[in-house]
Amino acid sequence: MPDDNEILVSAADLRKSYGEHEAVRGVDFEIRRGEAFGFLGANGAGKSTTMRMIGCVSQPTGGTLEVFGRDPHTEGAAIRARLGVVPQDNTLDDMLTVFENLVVYAGYFGIRKKAARAKAEELLDFVQLSARAKDQVSDLSGGMQRRLAIARSLINDPELVILDEPTTGLDPQARHLVWERLFQLKHRGVSILLTTHYMDEAEQLCDRLVVMDEGRIIASGSPRELIDTHVTKEVVELRFGTAHTAELAALAHTLDGVGAQIEPLPDKILVYTDDADDTNAALEARDIHPSSVLARRATLEDVFLRLTGRALVEDEA
Amino acid sequence: MSVIAYGAARAGLRNSGALLNRNWVAMRRAWILILSGAVESLLFLFAFGFGVGALVGDITLPNGTTVSYTAYVAPAILANAAMMGVLAETSINVFAKFKWMKVYDGILNTPLRPWDVALGEVWWALIRGFTYIGAFVVVMGLFGLLDSWWALLAIPACVFIALAFAGIGLTLATLFRDWTDFDWMNAVVFAMFLFGGTFTPVEAYPAFAQPIVYVMPLYHGIELVRGISLGQLGPMMLVHIAYLLALAVGGMWIAQRRLARALYK
Repeated sequence: MPDDNEILVSAADLRKSYGEHEAVRGVDFEIRRGEAFGFLGANGAGKSTTMRMIGCVSQPTGGTLEVFGRDPHTEGAAIRARLGVVPQDNTLDDMLTVFENLVVYAGYFGIRKKAARAKAEELLDFVQLSARAKDQVSDLSGGMQRRLAIARSLINDPELVILDEPTTGLDPQARHLVWERLFQLKHRGVSILLTTHYMDEAEQLCDRLVVMDEGRIIASGSPRELIDTHVTKEVVELRFGTAHTAELAALAHTLDGVGAQIEPLPDKILVYTDDADDTNAALEARDIHPSSVLARRATLEDVFLRLTGRALVEDEA
Repeated sequence: MSVIAYGAARAGLRNSGALLNRNWVAMRRAWILILSGAVESLLFLFAFGFGVGALVGDITLPNGTTVSYTAYVAPAILANAAMMGVLAETSINVFAKFKWMKVYDGILNTPLRPWDVALGEVWWALIRGFTYIGAFVVVMGLFGLLDSWWALLAIPACVFIALAFAGIGLTLATLFRDWTDFDWMNAVVFAMFLFGGTFTPVEAYPAFAQPIVYVMPLYHGIELVRGISLGQLGPMMLVHIAYLLALAVGGMWIAQRRLARALYK
């Protein structure tokens, strides 16, 4: 019986530098069997570098890292044999068909041809690509290529699947298809490790997550815990016509006290509050009339914003 | 100890074999490309061996023996064929897989290591090279250019040439940054073909040029294959073999180091 508390990955003061640039600046975390663990952060936060170190294709420059209780430096091949990896850019083999991609990849794990073909058929069915088995990879849409990369990562029945930004660049429909497949995996008890800069993705998929910023972990916990700890229950978004950065910052001063915290952004002002109705009443009382008012539940995006003062996805540009 | 060594060797072969399988699956639809390479070498043989050979007639070698010019040139063109097939496969094709299609990025997420990739590419290049060599030797035999059964040893001799250029090609694939770099490679290859002792004995060149020729890997390959084809064996052959093996091992070692450095970021 697999031990539910078994630790698959543990890192202590893990670091990675590229020359002068320190991409990962001492992170600590533990990933347990059966959980879906997320790394949330903007681009350049050090998420992918951490994933590559766990995947044994990048050597740490400091701290300790153990995967399946082994040392990635000396036992990289043995660890990789038990991992499934979906890289950010898929790295599918463009010279092969969809089906061949899976069968040939199985060969890298020493899986025999007959077993590989059976597994490939099963996985194509799982990611709903059976009809495209004979197509060239380049003929697939972005979402299909990502699903194929997910199928490929499962060819060796991995104990841990690592997905680096699984839905970045996909359209909403394709994202939902990927999410749905990942939910299925979770239900099968496969341990999942993913990075994302979409808070909705982290919120939906992850049992536990860490928030990374500039190479460090700045918060960790379940999505609910993070929200409870770092932000209020509700958020009221206020817009004032075409008012922008400086004007909004000035306006923010007049809002003192209508909520627990006021956060002016370039296009709107966020009011963190435990009760949106109270906030609305307070605005009314001060005779402040935004052009639009939107009250919503607090999300991980708000957590990130509170912790770093920056929005997540805006960093993409 | 020997059990561990056996296990490691088996895993090594299985891993590089998996890459070999990948290349086979990828190329089996494009076999016509491989065939065209073999045809190219045969055209050279016809043009120089029979065309020029008919004009030159016999040639007297530095050691005093006389052979027909066609019999003199044919082994050199065979050596050239062994080089070309392997070099094209390891340099251009590996470059494309490495930097352009990023095939190895995905592969290194599996138990395969850079060394397995390098080894697998060499196996594959040898197989491709030998389709050329085999076709060529058959044609040489049909035209009566193989003087004795000893000449069949020219085929294993080509292994050393193929290995050397597999090592060189792999290293070039990791060094090159752009397709234009291949123009340089092709220029050097052509120079080796023209001046590496293909058409005339090196002793015919001016003294200052001879050391340059001795450095050329193809020269050693040509001398090796020619000596065997003409039944003129000698201790120098061991030097040729050593030189080619050194290039093979050195090239593969550098290539896998560079692959590791580039891909294990």
